Amino acid sequence: MFNRDRWKEILEVLTSNWFRTVLTAFGVFWGILILIILLAAGKGLENGIKSDFGDIATNTMFMWTRRTTKAHMGLPKDREFNFKTSDRELLESRFPELRFISPRNQLGGFRGGSNVIRGIKTGAYNIYGDYPEIIRQDPMGITAGRFLNQNDIREKRKIAVIGEGVVSDLYEAGEDVLGTYIKIQGVNFMVVGTYKKKSNDGDGEEGQKQIFVPFTTFSQAFNRADNVGWMAITAQDGTSITSLKDRIVSTLKEKHKVHPDDQRAIGYFDLYEQYNRVESLFGAMRFIAYFVGILVLLSGIIGVSNIMLIVVKERTKEIGIRRALGEQPWSIKLQILMESIFLTIISGMAGIAMGALFIYGVNTLLDANGPVDMFMNPSVSLGVVMGALAILTASGLLAGFIPAQSAIRVKPIDALRTE
Amino acid sequence: MIEIKDLHKSYKMGSNSLHVLKGINFKAEEGELVAIMGSSGSGKSTLLNILGMLDEADTGEYILDGVPIKNLSETKAAKYRNKFLGFVFQSFNLINYKSALENVALPLYYQKVGRKEREAKAMKYLEQVGLKEWADHLPNELSGGQKQRVAIARAMAAEPKVLLADEPTGALDSTTSYEVMDLIQQINDLGNTILVVTHEEDIAHMCKRIIHLRDGVIVEDKKIEQVRASQYVQ
Repeated sequence: MFNRDRWKEILEVLTSNWFRTVLTAFGVFWGILILIILLAAGKGLENGIKSDFGDIATNTMFMWTRRTTKAHMGLPKDREFNFKTSDRELLESRFPELRFISPRNQLGGFRGGSNVIRGIKTGAYNIYGDYPEIIRQDPMGITAGRFLNQNDIREKRKIAVIGEGVVSDLYEAGEDVLGTYIKIQGVNFMVVGTYKKKSNDGDGEEGQKQIFVPFTTFSQAFNRADNVGWMAITAQDGTSITSLKDRIVSTLKEKHKVHPDDQRAIGYFDLYEQYNRVESLFGAMRFIAYFVGILVLLSGIIGVSNIMLIVVKERTKEIGIRRALGEQPWSIKLQILMESIFLTIISGMAGIAMGALFIYGVNTLLDANGPVDMFMNPSVSLGVVMGALAILTASGLLAGFIPAQSAIRVKPIDALRTE
Repeated sequence: MIEIKDLHKSYKMGSNSLHVLKGINFKAEEGELVAIMGSSGSGKSTLLNILGMLDEADTGEYILDGVPIKNLSETKAAKYRNKFLGFVFQSFNLINYKSALENVALPLYYQKVGRKEREAKAMKYLEQVGLKEWADHLPNELSGGQKQRVAIARAMAAEPKVLLADEPTGALDSTTSYEVMDLIQQINDLGNTILVVTHEEDIAHMCKRIIHLRDGVIVEDKKIEQVRASQYVQ
């Protein structure tokens, strides 16, 4: 393999007709470039869409109650009902596979009026009554102070964790936030922490304008008794929430005396299912990228094979001479194969380098012009590059195989006769 | 050194077959310089190809230096060619993108001789044919006579048992022909066995023995008084 004479000969042969070599190499170069760009574009789209899911734990479902549509156990239809705080214990005991069960309550919302006052400033924000686990399901970075904890829940402390957006609305720049009080619908809460959410989609700003208070405090301060607005439920890793969904819903139906066939009484949104749907879409996209890319690459490889056949034909006499001088057939075969692999790998590497440059360019452009909807950070992993190199080596072998075979099929005597 | 018994060879040409060699018997001892003569179509090139293991006889025996040559695989044939035989062709058959030195070193490369040793040996043979100064030149920078001398050096490089020359002077004018024959005679003087295929009388008479071939059979086999080529060379 690392034979100086062999390499010298490979270079001599390939450089003897530069124009032809470059044209041939371009086919493979182009194929691998297309493959890389397609994969990178797919990855960019994937990154973009996945960032819309934010950091939310994807193995999660959200549940809420609606009016019943069927009479059941002596209760009329069109009945309104609520989840209760006791539902949490019920689900915990019945479903050990669940990781987090977070009952939530909410104040304010879309186009809600001003509900928070501090000094002479007011603002309209979403106020959530939450358990500490929510930070694991809807991750946020605590920028100052702390998040809610179990003591807050137990002692019903009147404290609040507010978003950076709220801070910039209600406070002067540089003002100390921790320890100050804000008035939420007439009730004073002490600010113990601030957060910032990572989010790149359109809700980015909305996400920073939320206020979190302990669930128990919320219930008492805003007269929710033991009612629960909705629940965010996350399953343990390894168990999909989709597989538990039906059993959870029917458990709750039974508890709340809802007819088992009442499809509308409990609403839910299965994030995991949505996520999987998107995942399989990306799988299909990757498949198409590979399919198209490899087909383009294949035409490049056929080009290489073609040229190698011509090279062998041109060198028929030379091969005859060499065999007359005693070169063994496998050595000639190896020579042709190595030329072919060398050509494919070099041009393929050039293609990969060009693809990397292209991706780098697009990223620079994206960075300069700010985020684009549904597209970010196009990239290919090292694994893909390694895979591409493996494909190249294999295709170089493939491209060289037929020409190498035809090189040694000609008898030396016939090869010598060629004038 | 070379012994062939009742050698037959025919080629299929469509439906009818062409019987080229019809029972050749001959023997060449070590150190002989044999001319094989005959008009075109007499089978002299076919005979040489069979002797060179480039082609195989249909029937008959061929023993080279005590080794029977029969049913060789391509790999084995390549090995034997490299070990036993040196070829000189009418059209020189140098590899045109390799320098004179590299051309001469080629058979040694196939013997897996190390690079340094290979080049030293090749240089020695180039010197012997008087082309030391031309070692780095490509074949197309050499004259016909020089090319043939490089080819002879190449044939000698692997130190073969037998040198096979197929019309070595066919593409050369008479002056350079005599120079090449002078070289061949010198090599023969060192004790090498050489077979020369030619159709030129004067070239044949510079050998020590002439075999006449006609229509696939040997019609004449005689020892002759060798004419030295050196007297024609200035």
